Amino acid sequence: MYVAVKGGEEAIGNAHKLLAAQRRGDPAVPEIEIEQIGGQLSRAVARVMAEASLYAPREAALAVKQAQGDLIEAVFLLRASRAAWPRFGYSEALDADKMQIKRRISGVWKDLPGGQILGPTFDYSHRLLDASLAEKKEPAQTPTAEPGRERTEAGETEIVFDCPKAMRALSRQGLIEEEPAVAREPLDLTREPLDFPAGRDLRLQNLARADEGFLLSLAYSSQRGFGSVHPFVSELRLGTVKVEIIPPELGFPLAIGEIEITECETVNQFHGGGALKPCFTRGYGLVFGCNERKALSMAIVDRALRAKEFGEEIKGPAQDEEFVMQHSDNIEAAGFVEHIKLPHYVDFQAELSMLKSLRENYRQGGGRDE
Amino acid sequence: MNRRPEGNLYNFAYLDENTKRMIRRAILKAVAVPGHQTPFSSREMPMPYGWGTGGIQVTAAVIGPDDTLKVIDQGSDDTTNAVSIRGFFAKTAGVAVSARTEEASIIQTRHRIPETPLREGQIMVYQVPLPEPLRQLEPRETETRTLHGLNEYGLMHVKLYEDIAKHGQIAASYDYPVMVNDRYIMSPSPIPRFDNPKLDHSPALQLFGAGREKRIYAIPPYTKVKSLDFEDYPFTVQSWNERCAICGAENSYLDELVIDDQGGRLFVCSDSDFCRKRAEAGPKGASRA
Amino acid sequence: MQKPLLSVKNIYKEFNRRPVCREISFDVWPGEILGLVGESGSGKSTLLNIISGCLKPESGQVIYRGDGCERDMHALTEGRRRLLQRTELGFVRQNASEGLRLNVSAGANIGERLMAGGARNFAKLRREAENWLDKVEIDKSRLDDKPLIYSGGMRQRLQIARNLVTSPKLVFMDEPTGGLDVSVQARLLDLLRGLVAGLGLAVVLVTHDLAAARLLSERLMVMQAGRIVESGLTDQVLDDPQHSYTQLLVASIPQF
Repeated sequence: MYVAVKGGEEAIGNAHKLLAAQRRGDPAVPEIEIEQIGGQLSRAVARVMAEASLYAPREAALAVKQAQGDLIEAVFLLRASRAAWPRFGYSEALDADKMQIKRRISGVWKDLPGGQILGPTFDYSHRLLDASLAEKKEPAQTPTAEPGRERTEAGETEIVFDCPKAMRALSRQGLIEEEPAVAREPLDLTREPLDFPAGRDLRLQNLARADEGFLLSLAYSSQRGFGSVHPFVSELRLGTVKVEIIPPELGFPLAIGEIEITECETVNQFHGGGALKPCFTRGYGLVFGCNERKALSMAIVDRALRAKEFGEEIKGPAQDEEFVMQHSDNIEAAGFVEHIKLPHYVDFQAELSMLKSLRENYRQGGGRDE
Repeated sequence: MNRRPEGNLYNFAYLDENTKRMIRRAILKAVAVPGHQTPFSSREMPMPYGWGTGGIQVTAAVIGPDDTLKVIDQGSDDTTNAVSIRGFFAKTAGVAVSARTEEASIIQTRHRIPETPLREGQIMVYQVPLPEPLRQLEPRETETRTLHGLNEYGLMHVKLYEDIAKHGQIAASYDYPVMVNDRYIMSPSPIPRFDNPKLDHSPALQLFGAGREKRIYAIPPYTKVKSLDFEDYPFTVQSWNERCAICGAENSYLDELVIDDQGGRLFVCSDSDFCRKRAEAGPKGASRA
Repeated sequence: MQKPLLSVKNIYKEFNRRPVCREISFDVWPGEILGLVGESGSGKSTLLNIISGCLKPESGQVIYRGDGCERDMHALTEGRRRLLQRTELGFVRQNASEGLRLNVSAGANIGERLMAGGARNFAKLRREAENWLDKVEIDKSRLDDKPLIYSGGMRQRLQIARNLVTSPKLVFMDEPTGGLDVSVQARLLDLLRGLVAGLGLAVVLVTHDLAAARLLSERLMVMQAGRIVESGLTDQVLDDPQHSYTQLLVASIPQF
């Protein structure tokens, strides 16, 4: 008698063993350490923290290791852990004006208070494979600089405190729209089910944890005409900011640590005309860690999503709130795309009998087999 | 409250109590409005979306230490994903597990309803990939929500009309849409239409969880569930000319197995527990057919 | 005494603080065809959307009396308004893709309103759809074809059938002949005239084509920059225009 396939339990166990061996690689090569990942693959760690929406460098590095460098898998590991951790409270809003700046550039002002600080960037490097990195060698000297210095040569590390936003030059003259009023205490995307229309508070949360590749493509599509955003970078800054909470028993803010963030503010084309005073409009991006590509993309998509607010014609997916927010999360997307590899015997059997019955109708109706 | 099983890093049934309360509130609302998709703030689970995160969250929210859990995927307790989910709850909740339908107080399922009739007090938990039955016809959530809210279901029948005009029958073989309590059109999850009649007036409480889409809906016990159709094209279920090669069942849902390269086929029950029970009761399999 | 089917009272609407409809009031009487002409950008389509309940005005009322009671279309709940729109009213769009499901067969397009109303007999739905194809002069053999492969003229006729199947009392038409060949236009106008007379429908017809307006409508309103600048019997307005804008409009077309 035929016995249907059994042994799921054993198969899973073996699969896990094989996965562990694959992760470890050649046992003759020393195992990679979390510190090495955190220190030398910091941008991978930053991306995992951003998309997991959890600032936890050590856990993120661990996730990268456990996921064998599959960053979406690493994001998933971190997210799933986070979901089961208790939540103690909400921090005060970050004050990016008081950022300890590592890099800060403006695409619209040649010079500005605080200066342009190039900092660590790939921008002007020649993308040639560096064979010397394949060899072991002593670390090179890191350039240093005094805090508060205004201008610097390219490549120096600069730290500036309390550097005013470039946007202030425009806002003081009333040329940029006022900061959109905060209509409500921001909702928490991880604690409230998403409802449409969503509002900018939820949109920004969604974009901040969105898949970088998805945001990049959306931003690109909108620049190419599927949504027509013409952004200027008012300012892009990278650095560390303090995280403060107000413990109920104290009643005043207390710094509990600092985090590295990348922030981007864009200036975009006009709104207004007719009875409305014309002004530039804003786009905003903020990402955990060092990740300019995503901060820029986020600012562009944020602005594109404000199309309805400004009465603009919707002509691209980047302007469509439901489209963007429903498809931006790579854990949701990866899960649904990949779940089709699970067994679908039952539905497939149903389709099979349906097809047979349609074939039968076809034959009875005089249809012929070729 | 300490409901943590010995030596476990996580709370009882993995989720923290606040999250469970949130899910229970959504379930209560869903039970109060049968067939209505209730939004809930779905959490990331340690399994990927698409593996049953909605069902797992619902189970985690309703399970207690005295429950007996059965998990099936494609009708079988032994498919890898069913094993994995059952193991998850055995580990995080320390509950009893069983493959026997009549022993289980909670049955989590993907794609099937057991052949053994359910009884009062049992809870069926369905894993749902796409909770919105109108989604393939209308991609916008804002619009589909309005259509449900206003009881505007012409669109759904346009789809069924098209099927008949084109194929001479309603060509939905699984995830066949139903009308619940004469009010909401609902996706029964991708169960074959063969299982649809079991939804109607079931003595069990039926809960549906969609994790990625963040929706929970429910059919309370003894609720009317009607599969959509036309007067002159009534709803029908699948049937087979074959019988189960193992237990000889004639009216259970059958899986088709490819047994060789010469086009050899064999049919066996999709419900492994039902099949085992019948086979144990006596030999009446293929040899006798 | 007969009352107007629809009373439009003092409509005001703006986009981005720019007024697009101002101080607009008029009545539509049962069985009449009311033309609304004006150049593009004058606010006619916006007005049509407002009086059909699709777009909410800043202020003003749209009173519908077709079903025996009097109700302000914009004060109704969304559910009631949509019910009214798919039973008592009809809307024929210039762009067929907005008024039809192009990817769904002609039969289902015609049957949709009936199914929304609870019709559940496939054979009856089909017979009804065939009848309507006949009435709008589309060959019955095209019943299972999708309008995607219909010609422009056929799509418009299908739109009309899809709307008229529930015997509405008032149909809004936004440039129904726009973008069609002249000969196709003529045939469609002819069909419309016959149908409307036979069914006793009232129609509000938006067009920039004065010839179409002359052929179909009994009364005419002329719209410019968000206001109605002139109205009256069609022949009177077109033969003896009083407002300078109407004079310009009529003068710009040689045969007038």
